[in-house]
Parts: sequence; C-alpha cells; structure tokens
Amino acid sequence: MIELYEQLKQRYALGEISVQRFDLVFITVPRENLASLLLYLRDTEGFTHLVLLTAVDWIEDNKFQLTYLINNRESATDLGLRVIIDRDEASMESIHDLWPTAATYQRELKEMFGIDFPGSPRIDEDFILEGWTEIPPYRRDFDTLEYSRDTYLERPGRSTSDPAQHMKQLFYPEDKD
Amino acid sequence: MDKKTHKDPAKTSAELPSVDLNPPEVQPQKPPAPPAERTIELPEELRKRTVKGPGGVEIEVEPLRDYYCEAPPTVMPAAYSKIVEDLFNWARAESIWILGFGTGCGAIEMRPLMTPRYDAYRYGIQWRPTPRQANLFVISGYLSVKTLKRAIRSYEQMQNPKYVVGLGSCTINGGMYWDSYNTIKRLDEYLPVDLYITGCMPRPEALLAGFMDLKRMIRAGEAEGANKYAEYFDWYKANQKRVIKDWDMPDYSW
Amino acid sequence: MAYTPDRSQYPQKKADGSLDIDLTSGKYLKLWQGPQHPGITGNMSIELTVCGDEVAEGRTHVGYLHRGFEKLMERRTFIQNFPIVCRICVPEPDFNEYCYAAAVEELAGIEVPERADWIRALILEMGRINSYLMYLGGQAGALGQAVIGQWSTYVRDLMLDRFEELTGARIYHMFIMPGGVRDNLPTGFRTRMEHTLGEIENALRDIHNVMFRNAVFEKRTRGIGVIEKEWLDSYGVTGPCIRAAGVPRDVRKDQPYLVYDQLDFDPVIGKDSDIYTRADVRRRDLLLSVDLIRQILSRMPQDDGPTMATTPNVLHWKIEPGETYVRGECSRGEYGYYLVTDGSGYPRRVNVRGPSYTHAMALFERMVVNCNIADVAALLVSLHTYPPEIER
Repeated sequence: MIELYEQLKQRYALGEISVQRFDLVFITVPRENLASLLLYLRDTEGFTHLVLLTAVDWIEDNKFQLTYLINNRESATDLGLRVIIDRDEASMESIHDLWPTAATYQRELKEMFGIDFPGSPRIDEDFILEGWTEIPPYRRDFDTLEYSRDTYLERPGRSTSDPAQHMKQLFYPEDKD
Repeated sequence: MDKKTHKDPAKTSAELPSVDLNPPEVQPQKPPAPPAERTIELPEELRKRTVKGPGGVEIEVEPLRDYYCEAPPTVMPAAYSKIVEDLFNWARAESIWILGFGTGCGAIEMRPLMTPRYDAYRYGIQWRPTPRQANLFVISGYLSVKTLKRAIRSYEQMQNPKYVVGLGSCTINGGMYWDSYNTIKRLDEYLPVDLYITGCMPRPEALLAGFMDLKRMIRAGEAEGANKYAEYFDWYKANQKRVIKDWDMPDYSW
Repeated sequence: MAYTPDRSQYPQKKADGSLDIDLTSGKYLKLWQGPQHPGITGNMSIELTVCGDEVAEGRTHVGYLHRGFEKLMERRTFIQNFPIVCRICVPEPDFNEYCYAAAVEELAGIEVPERADWIRALILEMGRINSYLMYLGGQAGALGQAVIGQWSTYVRDLMLDRFEELTGARIYHMFIMPGGVRDNLPTGFRTRMEHTLGEIENALRDIHNVMFRNAVFEKRTRGIGVIEKEWLDSYGVTGPCIRAAGVPRDVRKDQPYLVYDQLDFDPVIGKDSDIYTRADVRRRDLLLSVDLIRQILSRMPQDDGPTMATTPNVLHWKIEPGETYVRGECSRGEYGYYLVTDGSGYPRRVNVRGPSYTHAMALFERMVVNCNIADVAALLVSLHTYPPEIER
C-alpha cells in the first residue's frame, strides 16, 4: 500500500496518509484530483469496487469530509480517499459516470447532508425522507431530540434518566469523577 | 426541560378544532399547529388538468376530488337487539383477517405465526393481501412518517368493522426510537388503537395472547376503534396533518 | 414454438438515449408495487411504468423504515449503541453487532479472547442460515409455491430455538458486545445443535426436490433476471449475486475475519447468473454454513475460557480520533461499518454499508427494464434485499 502511495504521489498532489490496517489506508486528496485519481485507480490499479461513499460533518472547522472507499478485489485491499470540502454551499463533482451506483449514495448525501452533486441523476428527488423542510438531518447542528419533542406527541409517564448517571449510581457509587 | 408538552389543559382544548376533542383515553397534550405553509408542490399526476377522452371530448379532472369518495366515515350503530349484536360480534371475533402490511420490524414474527409451529390459522386468524379483505391492521412496530401516510390510507380502505393492534413498545411511547426525528411516538394519536402488545419485539406467543384478548374484546363489544375514528375524525385528521408535512392525498380515501 | 418477442422496439428512446415515455399517450401505465403489496420484500415500493405487461421503467422508493440510526448513534455512547445496532437489519441482526463491535475494538485497541471469536463466527453462521431459509421461502412464494415457506419457516424456528437457548432472544440477540460475547455455550448445546442441523439438511433435501426440480420453477427462473458481467463492478454487486455470476468473491475467503482462516471451505459459485442460479447458490451456501457450524463446534477450544476482554469503564470510555471500515460477508453480500471517532465518548459518524443498498436501488432499476410484470417479484426477491438496511 505504501508503494502505491509513493507511486501515486509522483503523479498527483496527495495529502497525508494514515495506515489503519495492513489492508486499509486512508489518503487525503485535493478535490480537483479526485475524479482523475479514481479513474486511474479503477482502470489501472484494479480498485474496481466502490464500497461506500459517505460524509462526515466536522462542524468545528466548518468542513465536510467526503470518504470514497474503494476496494481492490484481487489484492484484497481497501483504499479510502478523503476529500475535504467547505460546509457552506457544499458541492462536489459527481462520480456517477465511473460507478452508476454512486448516484444512489449522492442522492442520500444531498438529502441527509445537503451536499450537492450537480449532474447526478435524480439528485433532487426525495430519497428517504418525504416532505422534509428542516435542515438536512445528518448535519451536526440538527438536534433530533428537540425536533422529535416539538413534532411528535409524547405519552406522559415515560421518564428518561441520563444513563451515565444512573449506571454510575448503580455500579460505581463511590466514583466521584 | 420540556415545557412544551405540559400546557394548561383548558387552554389546549380551546385551541383545538370545533368537535369534542377528548376521545376516551386519548388526551391531547398540545394543540395542533395551524397547517404548515405548503412549500411542497403536488406531484403532476395529482394536479387539476384537462384530459382528452375518446372522440375528442375534453374532460376536466381534479384527481384529489374526483377519484375518491367525499363523505367522512360515519359511526356504525349496533344491531337493533342485543342478541343479534352478540351474534355478529361472535362471528367477527372468530374471523380475524389481518392485513399483510409489515410496517416495521415486528413483521418478521408474523411469518412463524402463519406456519405450523404457531399456526394462528386454527383460531380463524389469517393474512390477506388487500385492505378490502382484511379487518385487523397490525401496526408491527415503529412507524416512520412516510409509512404513517400509507398506513392511514390502508386503514381507511379497510371495511368496517375493523380493528387496529399496535405491536411493540415503539407504537406505545416511541420505544428505542424515542429521540428519532422520523418516527411517531404514540400511535393512538393518529389511528384508533384497540389493543397494544408490548415487547421489543413481542414473541409469537405474545402475539397469540394479544389476538385472544382482542377476540374477547370484540365479543364483549368493546373493540370500537372504527367508530371512535368516525366520531373524532377531525381530531385524528388534525393530528395526522400536523406530522405529515406534504399532505397530497384526499382526506378520505375509500 | 417458443415465443420470442422483439424487445428492441419499445420503449422508444429519445435522441439522448433516455426513454421516451409519454404517460398521456395511453400506451404506458404507471403501476405501484408496494409498500402494501404481497409481492414486495418488506416495506418498500417500486414504481413501474409498464407497456403492456412489460416494464419500461422501474424506480425503487425506500425510506418507509427510516429511523435515522446514523444520527441516533451519534448521540449515544459507545456502549449505548450496542443494543440499538442490531435493529438496523431485522432478518439478520447479528452482522450489525459484529461489525460495530469489531470497529469499536479496532479503534479502541481491544484484544478479543480467542473463544469469543469462535462463538462470534458460530452466531454469524447461524444467522446466515436463518436468513437463507427466509429467502428460500420468499423466492418460492414469489412464484406461487407457498409450501416451501411453510417448511423453511419451520426449520428456521428450530434454529431460533438454538438462538434462544444461547442468547435468550429469538430475533434481536444483543450477544456480540464490544469486547467479546456475553456468555459461553450452554451445556449440551453441541448435541442439540447437531440435531437441528440434521433437521435442516432433511428439509433442504425436500426443498431441493420440490422447488429446484419443479418444472414451473425452472421455467420461470432460468434465463430470467441475468446480471451481466459488466454490471458486477459498476453496480457494486457482492455476495451470492456475484458468486452466481461465476466470480468466487467471498469476504470470508478473501479477507478472512474472526476464525475463517482456520476453517476449510471454498466459496460456492454458479455459472448462469439468473434467478435459478442465485437461488441454487444460496441453497448450497446454506449447506456450506451447516458444514461450517460443524467445523466450528468441533474445532473451537473445548475449555470454558473467558469470553470477554477487559474493557475500560464504559461510562468514561473515550476513543482516540480515528476512522476505520470493518466488513463481513453476510447472507446478502458485503456488510460493513464505517466508524469515525473524534476523541470523545460518542462516535463522530457511523455509516452502515448494506449490500441491499446497491442491489435494490441502482442494480434493480437497471435489471427490471424489459422484465415481465409477473417476474418483478421473483426478480426482487432473488436479489435478496432487506429494506431496513437500505435506509437504516
């Protein structure tokens, strides 16, 4: 995997690499390079299987991290490409022409994170939610508990104690921390 | 912490629509908000339009009005004499036909109930593919808002007399998904529930026991959910419309 | 004489290659299959545009079971997530427990006792058998053979009994915890398990005779619903669907997890990649699971060793920043968890990669075109999709 990284580095501008396991490596990639890098990895290096495409919300830095995880079925190795994009007006190039199935992932990201992928098929259609008018629910600043309290009626009598406090009293009463 | 859920009850009922709004056992906690402004447009096939019939006749079609019955449901009175009503109730109790709509995870325990191990058929219980043939709707677990919309329409298409059983703790108070933004927490706010079966998820034996309880209730004439739904129709509709933001269906769909 | 319709004529295509479907022409009809429909797997729906009885376009609609797990998990601690992950996929919940536990262990650096690994593999294989038995009933039921469902559900109940005695629950077992498994095998488990496996083999013999040698079943599944070779990678096909196309991909073999490197097996493969082959691959895979359970029970350490590693105090359990992806081969294909931690006591992001996600959406929408309406249910079942893992 490290050889592959060195080899890629000669052709593309790459960010840091973190080795998670012997068969799983994450590399940070500038967003302009992503499509060409994915194409190269798919066609030349044998990373033909798109495992998943998802986003992480780093709200403190006002960034989204997109993770493209691709798998080489011959050598049984995984490569995760991290792309950091801006959180405001987030948008990214679509890769549905490389993997048609990516369109589904992109539809989900559009709906759940509000990340736009211009040109992706049916990107503006409802995917999971229906008639959603709030901010996209997977964003960190969306408070699901508050929304649920405001929207759905609760049955009186349900008490929820903070599990951490409850367990502490139950098992570690002497623990003051 | 949650001030919103503990409002003055007198004030609450004053803000509700005009019918008597306290159906037995269902105490509203919050006034339904005024219908949210429609930001969502109707899909094309539901909009008013002109279609060409055979021979060039032009017909105006308004799907939401034309394709469905306009009358709200009515309360079905009991039979003229008690002995006849008892006979009817006995017959109803012995033929519980369940709508085969697995709305949540509880549906996975339906399959064992249909098969030799538990064999619910011996009690006159069977599963039907269409709402027109069913008289019991088992809400099998959590209901997301999207499914709630379909569940309401399926329920309204069922023929009277009809019953609703809420299965699992998620239908009672939200269960595991008490803080989820997409699941309702009290089923009886939206559909008239006759019986709840607790558990996450309930075992087939619990379901069988629940069906037996339902039978007893039907024979005693206590399972009057459908009539309750007709009587407090406006209250149920107001509740439903408050959570279903894009209400693009007719109010009554049977 | 066989009737071979000329399928190139319709639906007509526009210049840019998209389908020219004019609903007002009266030639096409929109047909909804689901969510309340007997020919659908679980709570999802397909919007079909049909021309005659041939499907011109199909669109999958999901979201009826969405509970927002990935959001809920972000506001629960690592140990609080353990009881809810199994609810993500109802018919085969154990893979969620395993993948979540393995991801947490990897990021927290916890060594799991060897015995726990064996018990985990045992549980996962038992879950696989359950899932396949449900599939066989569904596949036969979609083509009108209700009796297979009766038999397979009966033997599945026997397997649920074993689950019950091992874990205490029928469906949601909550047995594989971060750090190990909850308990050891009960006394006499091996004997009772052997008996159950025998019953399953008997039932499968019957099922093979009645279902796979049935002329109607063969006629309606051979050559229908073929996954082309070039779709395998572009649509992310995994599991029995790719093995039925002749590609021996099995995570258990390619990237062995748990104890699969100590077991003897070869991935089951098929040739034709149609509905029949996929059903047959799953049947043989089920027999392979029976064999694997026998191997696991005979090779696992016989002593009552520890089944739980020492984990940190779960109330103060914080995990260093990191990200990982853990996968396993579930009955439908590759199942995986992508977990990101940020040094706090809560996961930053959890993403569940279910095989149904790619199979039921993009692949199915591609395959259903030019399919007969009567075959849509069989085709959907043959991809073995479970809606709750698509939308979580």
